[in-house]
Amino acid sequence: MKICVLVKEVPDAAVEKRIDPNSKRLDRSGEKNLNPFDTHAIEAAMQIKEGGKADVEEVVAVTMGPESAVRALHKAVSLGADRSVQLTDDALADSDVCATGYALAQTLKAEQPDLVLLGQQSDDGECYTIGAVVADHLHMPSLTQVIKMDVEDGKLRCERQAEYGYDTVEVELPAVISVGDAINEPRYPSLKAIMGAKKKPLDAKAIGDVGIEAGRVGGEGKRTTVLAINPPPQKEAGQIIEDEDTDDTVEKIVAWLEERKLLA
Amino acid sequence: MSGILTYALHYEGEFNKNSLGAVSEGAKLAKEIGGDAAVVVVGGDDLTDELCGSLGKYGATKVFRAKAPEGLAQPVVDVMAKVIQDNGYGYALFGGGLLGFEIGAGLTARLGGGVTMEVTEVKAQDGKLVAVRPILQDSAVAEVDYVGEPGIIIGRLNAFEMSESGDGAAPVEDVDVQLSDWSTKATMVQRGEQRGADVNIEDANILVAGGRGLGKPEGFELAEALAEALGGAVAATRAVVDAGWYPYAAQIGQTGKTVAPKLYLAAGISGAIQHKVGMQSSENIVAINKDPNAPIFEFSDLGIVGDLNKILPKLTEAVKAKKGA
Ligand SMILES: Cc1cc2nc3c(=O)[nH]c(=O)nc-3n(C[C@H](O)[C@H](O)[C@H](O)COP(=O)(O)OP(=O)(O)OC[C@H]3O[C@@H](n4cnc5c(N)ncnc54)[C@H](O)[C@@H]3O)c2cc1C
Ligand SMILES: Nc1ncnc2c1ncn2[C@@H]1O[C@H](COP(=O)(O)O)[C@@H](O)[C@H]1O
Repeated sequence: MKICVLVKEVPDAAVEKRIDPNSKRLDRSGEKNLNPFDTHAIEAAMQIKEGGKADVEEVVAVTMGPESAVRALHKAVSLGADRSVQLTDDALADSDVCATGYALAQTLKAEQPDLVLLGQQSDDGECYTIGAVVADHLHMPSLTQVIKMDVEDGKLRCERQAEYGYDTVEVELPAVISVGDAINEPRYPSLKAIMGAKKKPLDAKAIGDVGIEAGRVGGEGKRTTVLAINPPPQKEAGQIIEDEDTDDTVEKIVAWLEERKLLA
Repeated sequence: MSGILTYALHYEGEFNKNSLGAVSEGAKLAKEIGGDAAVVVVGGDDLTDELCGSLGKYGATKVFRAKAPEGLAQPVVDVMAKVIQDNGYGYALFGGGLLGFEIGAGLTARLGGGVTMEVTEVKAQDGKLVAVRPILQDSAVAEVDYVGEPGIIIGRLNAFEMSESGDGAAPVEDVDVQLSDWSTKATMVQRGEQRGADVNIEDANILVAGGRGLGKPEGFELAEALAEALGGAVAATRAVVDAGWYPYAAQIGQTGKTVAPKLYLAAGISGAIQHKVGMQSSENIVAINKDPNAPIFEFSDLGIVGDLNKILPKLTEAVKAKKGA
């Protein structure tokens, strides 16, 4: 079986997120890294590969993003992926969820995976939706936020928390699954894996290579327009105490609670 | 044609509160932009005429009912795509929840409509809808317009208020939908399993909530001791519930409970949006976190930057001493 893992390059969480006032898009300059939620998806793929219940020939990391996104792919490969595919094309810039999902699905079609894994969310976009968009384009069953997944006889047995408690769902392969961050503890890459990552095959694709219609992606394909970006409603900043002397801190907390009659 | 089609989720013969909020919101918006306020429901025999018709109370002008498996998104995508194609609704609307995200995303792929998620407000402007969506962990708010139809709006938990604006039962129309091949390839084995003890946190005036920062399951003993001293109960984040440290019944947030106690004391909780939506209406929010950049400090009334292992035991003692006095 072949597993494709969708990975994304995102601004480092430590860097303040900014909006470019002119384009109203996320300012993606500065430090970037592999979306931390995607490391759980790679780890899930590796556990299936190493678990012995399914014969995994290949784990392929797939991304759509600018040239710099190769770094996210190198990281994915250092975590265990066998090779990677980068969809990169100027025509893709400014794609919305609808367009990104379509473009990724076209890229995946060329790979014919038996299983597509994703992270629960991108750290910058926070859309939670790419998995279900890709699945509909690929005509595959799909679940998001999966925290336990067992493979057996061409089927996945998945568990996840939905609005009324935990659901157990059986899904036939091929399928698209986004995993929650509780599914596993991602491994650290070995030094050797980090050094070797750049030597693993990386396929760069332009939109024409995977049959993407230019009018359906990028600015032209957008189905949503950002009219304005405003500051959030102002909430009075809370009081902050840095704990240096804990007895003192505790005294302040107790006084604060008492003032609000919370210790009655 | 215009009009709004809202999805209403139900479970064991009752509609989801967030869905009823979305139905109410859909009715209000449909009045403003013109057109039907239709609702779609998908499930089995528990979707009686009476139950479906009761959506009229919240302003639904019509209810489409389809028979299909419950609790899974893709069959609902099939149903909603058909209803929209046959009747031409301009917008699809969802309350906060997990299925709404999946169904809305599937529809965007199927019908090529734009989608916005985590929407906190919808405005009617010139006969069209504009979605208001906080982004970047609520540090900015985007106003988003749709190009073409349908516009898909996925609300944030508790964003839309329930309101009984309608009168009488809504007419119910059965729709026959051929499910897509791939929609039948996922089957629910067990739904709504309640893991862990059945604790009651909704009636508590004071909640001490614990997150991954408690370090290990035993870390909850610190939260329990403080809750006992304060005369409150203990709540938790999804991270620790998924990890099996604490029962699901104590979980606050998008796929857990919504609470608004007098005091919400969060220990070792980062303050992710999905947690925030379940507790932000608390009267007083106190957070203890060792990371000064933790998002929870953005919406706390009192924030303590420090190690909970040092602070909680001493705080418990101090509270006991104060209350004993
Ligand atoms: C669709 C969806 C639905 C979700 N539903 C929910 C939901 O219903 N409820 C929910 O809670 N989450 C939900 N989540 C998950 C949510 O996004 C977060 O992942 C989760 O809330 C994080 O939990 P946490 O704060 O315990 O853990 P973390 O985010 O890991 O935060 C732990 C915090 O503890 C601090 N810390 C560590 N050690 C110490 C110490 N010694 N002293 C003090 N502080 C310390 C750290 O600085 C950190 O800020 C959902 C996510 C998705 C995508
Ligand atoms: N540009 C992209 N390239 C590859 N994968 C992506 C991209 N955007 C999102 N994803 C995947 O989709 C998941 C969910 O992202 P989102 O729906 O944006 O929150 C991420 O964790 C990634 O696995």
